[in-house]
Amino acid sequence: MTIRHHLSDQLLIGYAAGQLPEAFSLVVATHVSLCDECRARLASYDTLGGALIEDQGDVEMAEAALEAVMARIEGMPQATQRAPMRASGIFPAPLADYVGGDLSAVKWRSIGMGVKQAILPTGRDASARLLYIPAGVAVPDHGHRGMELTLVLQGAFADANDRFDRGDLEIADENLEHTPVAMAGQDCICLAATDAPLRFRKFLPRLAQPLFRI
Amino acid sequence: MVGQAAEPQLRVAGKLRHDKGLRVSNGDETDWAGLMIRVRDHQDRAAFAALFRHFAPRVKGFLMKSGAGATLAEECAQDVMATLWQKAHLFDPARASVATWVFTIARNRRIDALRKARRAEPEELDWGPEPEPDQAEVMETQQETERLGRALAGLPERQRSLIERAFYGELSHSEIAAETGLPLGTIKSRIRLALDKLRHEMM
Ligand SMILES: [Zn+2]
Repeated sequence: MTIRHHLSDQLLIGYAAGQLPEAFSLVVATHVSLCDECRARLASYDTLGGALIEDQGDVEMAEAALEAVMARIEGMPQATQRAPMRASGIFPAPLADYVGGDLSAVKWRSIGMGVKQAILPTGRDASARLLYIPAGVAVPDHGHRGMELTLVLQGAFADANDRFDRGDLEIADENLEHTPVAMAGQDCICLAATDAPLRFRKFLPRLAQPLFRI
Repeated sequence: MVGQAAEPQLRVAGKLRHDKGLRVSNGDETDWAGLMIRVRDHQDRAAFAALFRHFAPRVKGFLMKSGAGATLAEECAQDVMATLWQKAHLFDPARASVATWVFTIARNRRIDALRKARRAEPEELDWGPEPEPDQAEVMETQQETERLGRALAGLPERQRSLIERAFYGELSHSEIAAETGLPLGTIKSRIRLALDKLRHEMM
């Protein structure tokens, strides 16, 4: 699997700094779970955070702080087991965690033309949802006010510019008017997050125009 | 302990310094990773105290610059250090410097405390049993943080301040500059190589 569409530096720095809305963090963590390139880039930004910690001027700790923490760890067992979370289905671990399982655990709601969505429980500063788009169907035409991230988990979709397969991330801002169309062959499942309400032009999904040649 | 002869940069006053001894007093030369490994493998309290004296005040400073009041910052810095002890088994000196690892714990504590938000974490990789990580790689990893610190200090004030403000949480994600002007490529490449190797071994 070769991922061609990656996280932006801006998103990676925001994630490393702990500044992303929860819904965006979910998309970043899910993409990084699938993409070694972005995992390595993220590690380099974490290292930048480490350099900032090292660089801090000392702020004196309370007098008894060390004793207090020593007393605290006294009865505290050190965990010993590395417990790698490894997802077995199509959802990487961080997403499976939000869904409460893999694909079969998703509570889909139909929005027409076989398109389904499931809103995921995240903070309100941005929203995340899963989208299920039958092969060959376009999701509603919409513009954006904020930023919208769309990560492919199964199948593939195309927008006017490019094609997105599993692991690929489309980053759309207000300048991009896009109509993602699920490619033929396999139904497409995506994780999408936005920090602004979507403005649907046409609420109903529609069949792809022949223009897209899918 | 292997490969020491091939690491001339580790010599301090003609003496190899990456030994197993406790080094707590010589400032920047302290082997924080060595101390952390003593905490991890031997629950060494003296090593933990040395780590605490160095990192706790820095974490507190970091949290106060991130907008926490002194009391909350103190409390969280103590939490961070306790987590350092509790999760010592996750410390892998070939993957991250102690400072980097402390940063990730402090950042997550800050998200809890100040934003009360949840943060999804990437799937953990199973690096497999590595009782004796490659020493050259360990040193490289620990030194990257120092090198990066120097590069950061050498940036023009405006640029450095932008990076600091991003990490202190003063900038929203859309205000963060995409370019840091820092030599992060070598760090990325090293980790990428390690990941490629891991994937190869898993196949
Ligand atoms: Zn990527």
